[in-house]
Amino acid sequence: MKNRSLVSINDFTKEEILKIVELAKEFEANPNRDLLKNKVVASLFFEPSTRTRLSFETAINRLGGRVVGFTDASSSSTTKGETLKDTIKMVSNYADLIVMRHPLEGSARYASEQSNVPIVNAGDGANQHPTQTLLDLYSILKTQGTLENLNIFMVGDLKYGRTVHSLLQALSHFNPVFNFISPEELRMPDEYKFWLDSKGIKYYEHSEFTDILSRADILYMTRVQQERFVDPIEYEKVKNVYILNNAMLDNTKDNLRVLHPLPRVNEINEDVDENPKAYYFEQAENGVYARMAIMASILGLV
Amino acid sequence: MSNKTELSVSAIKEGTVIDHIPANCLFKVISILGLDNCDNLITFGTNLGSNRYGKKAIIKVADKSFEKEDLNRIALVAPDARLNIIRDYEVVEKKFVTVPQEIIGIAKCFNPKCITNNETIITKFTLVNSNVMALKCHYCEKVTTEEHLKIL
Ligand SMILES: [Zn+2]
Repeated sequence: MKNRSLVSINDFTKEEILKIVELAKEFEANPNRDLLKNKVVASLFFEPSTRTRLSFETAINRLGGRVVGFTDASSSSTTKGETLKDTIKMVSNYADLIVMRHPLEGSARYASEQSNVPIVNAGDGANQHPTQTLLDLYSILKTQGTLENLNIFMVGDLKYGRTVHSLLQALSHFNPVFNFISPEELRMPDEYKFWLDSKGIKYYEHSEFTDILSRADILYMTRVQQERFVDPIEYEKVKNVYILNNAMLDNTKDNLRVLHPLPRVNEINEDVDENPKAYYFEQAENGVYARMAIMASILGLV
Repeated sequence: MSNKTELSVSAIKEGTVIDHIPANCLFKVISILGLDNCDNLITFGTNLGSNRYGKKAIIKVADKSFEKEDLNRIALVAPDARLNIIRDYEVVEKKFVTVPQEIIGIAKCFNPKCITNNETIITKFTLVNSNVMALKCHYCEKVTTEEHLKIL
């Protein structure tokens, strides 16, 4: 994958995904390596995302690289009307790698076509966020010992949630069973269900938590946002249905882990935090190792 | 040449006749095929009666044959278009158009948050389903279906 951009999780094969997550494990065991010494990474955040940016910048610093860039569009020349194309053309002459977050969908693909150096997509609108997917996969591998044959529960906003869509596509290499729990308005879109059908992957849809949770290996929680509902009354009806509390984990498997891309609002009750099955804070930490593995692989340094 | 609507537009000796174009798409077809910058003799008729659409248009381009690829580009707006290749006033060959697997620079992505609708970028789609004309955007990965399809 040397010199290849990471725009969409679908750009990587099963073998490439496995290589990244195995490498993330090595970086976790030995996080301070000077692989990016004398390299400059441009970190272009056309919209602010402190969490993702800090994760990338920590990864770059741990690898001994240097960072240039901006943290939101107001401090870039975009506000003066510069096109994305021009910004990328210029920056790709300065840096060895570009990490880019942009509010418009497809911007990362376009940037990868304009750039002389690889682009790592750190989120392009509601489209893709492949480094999140790779850190999710690493978290699953770490907690389950395998990515194969797992029962994955996805909860909350399954319609607009890009993290669940990308994770679903990536996990489909590994013979999973999916259970989707969501309000009617926010169900998994047909295009993903058709896609699962075409791959012969089993999935079940539910409108609320039931004792079927006892079969879960991974419980992937997402936020149900009020602005997704046309009818505010519908939101009021469902807003408390998709909240996980500690008692609900009573009869679940020992290996179950609760994941969440963060930030959470109220969809995971704070009484879950002390449960050993809560894994969302470690998951965020895994992001640093996954991003180290991604950048080192793309620059051909490992 | 017994057909009356054919006669509404003067016959050509050699060239290509593109028939069964929906009347409201005539100018789109002209622009997709670049006929607005073509030096050949071109005649067209529009709002002709047709059993299939109500109103159809027809284009006759003298002394020109088109590449299959170019003709297929009009399939997005005129999927039922029929092409008659004319030699010495006679139809020597009839062809149909098919939607190409890759569509570059004709259709507009329906997603307002797509980068192609915000910067000057040539659009690019792959055909995911030809029965319902579903086009997947190379950039934002969203699928534009026929009901939302706009031609640039
Ligand atoms: Zn698009």
